[in-house]
Amino acid sequence: MNIWVYVLRRLLYVVPILLGVCLIIFVLFNVVAGDPTHLLLGKHATAKQMAELRHELGLDRPWFFQYLDLVKSAFTFDFGRSWSTKQTISSMISEGAIPSLTLTIPGFVLTTVFSVSLSLLVAFYRGSFFDRFSVFICVGLMSISSLAYILFGQWFFAYYLGWFEISGYDSGFPNWVPYVQLPVLIWIILSIGPDLRFFRTIMLDEVYQDYVRTARSKGLGEKVILFKHVLKNAMIPIITYVVIQIPFLILGALLIESFFGIPGLGGITLNAINSSDFPVIRAMTVLSAVAYIIFSVITDVLYTIVDPRVRLK
Amino acid sequence: MENAQVVTANNIKEKNEQKSKSLWRHAFETLMKDKMAVMAIVIFIVYSIIALLTSVDIIAGDWAKEVGASYSPPSAENWFGTDIFGRSVVAKTLKGTQVAMSIGLFTASISAVIGIILGSIAGYYGGKVDEIIVWFYTTFSSIPGIMLLVAITFILGKGLVAVYLALGLTSWVSLCRLIRGEVIRHKDREYVHAATAIGGKDFRKLFKHILPNVLHIVIINFSLQFQVAIKSEVILSYLGLGVQGRPSWGTMIDDAKLELARGVWWQLAAATFAMFVIVLALNILGDALRDALDPKLKGK
Repeated sequence: MNIWVYVLRRLLYVVPILLGVCLIIFVLFNVVAGDPTHLLLGKHATAKQMAELRHELGLDRPWFFQYLDLVKSAFTFDFGRSWSTKQTISSMISEGAIPSLTLTIPGFVLTTVFSVSLSLLVAFYRGSFFDRFSVFICVGLMSISSLAYILFGQWFFAYYLGWFEISGYDSGFPNWVPYVQLPVLIWIILSIGPDLRFFRTIMLDEVYQDYVRTARSKGLGEKVILFKHVLKNAMIPIITYVVIQIPFLILGALLIESFFGIPGLGGITLNAINSSDFPVIRAMTVLSAVAYIIFSVITDVLYTIVDPRVRLK
Repeated sequence: MENAQVVTANNIKEKNEQKSKSLWRHAFETLMKDKMAVMAIVIFIVYSIIALLTSVDIIAGDWAKEVGASYSPPSAENWFGTDIFGRSVVAKTLKGTQVAMSIGLFTASISAVIGIILGSIAGYYGGKVDEIIVWFYTTFSSIPGIMLLVAITFILGKGLVAVYLALGLTSWVSLCRLIRGEVIRHKDREYVHAATAIGGKDFRKLFKHILPNVLHIVIINFSLQFQVAIKSEVILSYLGLGVQGRPSWGTMIDDAKLELARGVWWQLAAATFAMFVIVLALNILGDALRDALDPKLKGK
């Protein structure tokens, strides 16, 4: 089958998923969550005020049109205004994306580089004490609550030792660097456990393949096999794993951002949750779902391009 | 009861491979040889007993009692000091075991039930039913888990039951996917055809013949979901959506955000340590179960 036909089919399949995502979000926020006018106007609102507000928010329209608005917003990114700050949500998103990325891109790139290299090392020494020890460390790191890392890291390294900024942010290139150092460090510690474990499994899957035996019987050294043969083949699942994480980078890190006062999308989302700011929560949910869907299509297409063994059905 | 089912399902297989050990027997023996796994099981049992005893107030029944000054540091009487109201941190940590273990148990059970039912129906019946279920879980998994958690707890209100449901309802997709795949692999096997030949109904074939053969996935997933749920409770507590009016590790860790600046580290330490031990044990147990139960790894 032609690759473009596959891409087209994959894109067509996005439509029912997107409609479904909008339906779930719509049901959760517009139907089940109930009338937000109580929340907005407080206890002493008159019926007239409530009706006016409902009209203003478009809540008196038939539910089908409200649903269509939500679907439309998934394409136009016009999500209306925040209830608490009155800003348009699209401008909040475009302002928040940069600070989020200054935290997530360094964290993501460093973690991926570290854990892929470490996983090669671990695969090289597979079965040894070093291998078992690093798996144990990974599992140990994963067994501590992320909140505990953030709280302890902020208190110990920033407050007690004074090595890093406790909290805050400054825009412009060199200005933000001191503020993201500790958050990036915590990001790495949080994600290195699961990443290294995952990459190790991939490497070990490859190490026992027939082509490795062939290479070894040709007399190739263990290092050449690992870096030239195993790594190349392992790149397929690694790329898949990495690409699917990209949309989450834009959304930032919920907890880290709010603790370190980074004005990114994660912090915005968390504030919205705390203040029951439904339009913002809804917008962030739609945004992340759309990003996730787009990137899963990209991953699938990449997969068929990178790996010729994957037959297109 | 469970054993009986396993025996029936494995009958046909066992006649072919004479005197080979059943998967479960083999798994049990492998597991018992693994010292780390045995340790993990012991830890899990100890935590379960603590959780049961605290729920009938035999231990830590007086957790709400004032035992010292507010924020007194660790001492001989109070190993982990006291909290803001002068309550013993040790007693609170013990009492928190109950919340953590029940969240783990109910969340993992809810997600297992949904995952098994939807996954096996989709895999077994195929066609339109399969398409609808696949569409449903693909849609569901496109929405970030944390947003669904927030939305569900908003709707259900606060409290332990809301936490169970919110965590359970958001964590079934991976199991459902796995079960569906396995059922598709199994439904055209000879033993299922044999069951059809003797007049077995769909329901019986699915739950009595196929399911015992995919049960190992459920068990591995259960231990994974159990610890993920315990960790998620902390995040829910931080968002103010966790359990109210009784100690939990999540609320204790969350309290630390105001305490650490005053040098009060013991509440964070106690809760983090208690959680670390059980989550680590479950992680090790999950890996050991995977090694012991995955037929692909058998004999390696």
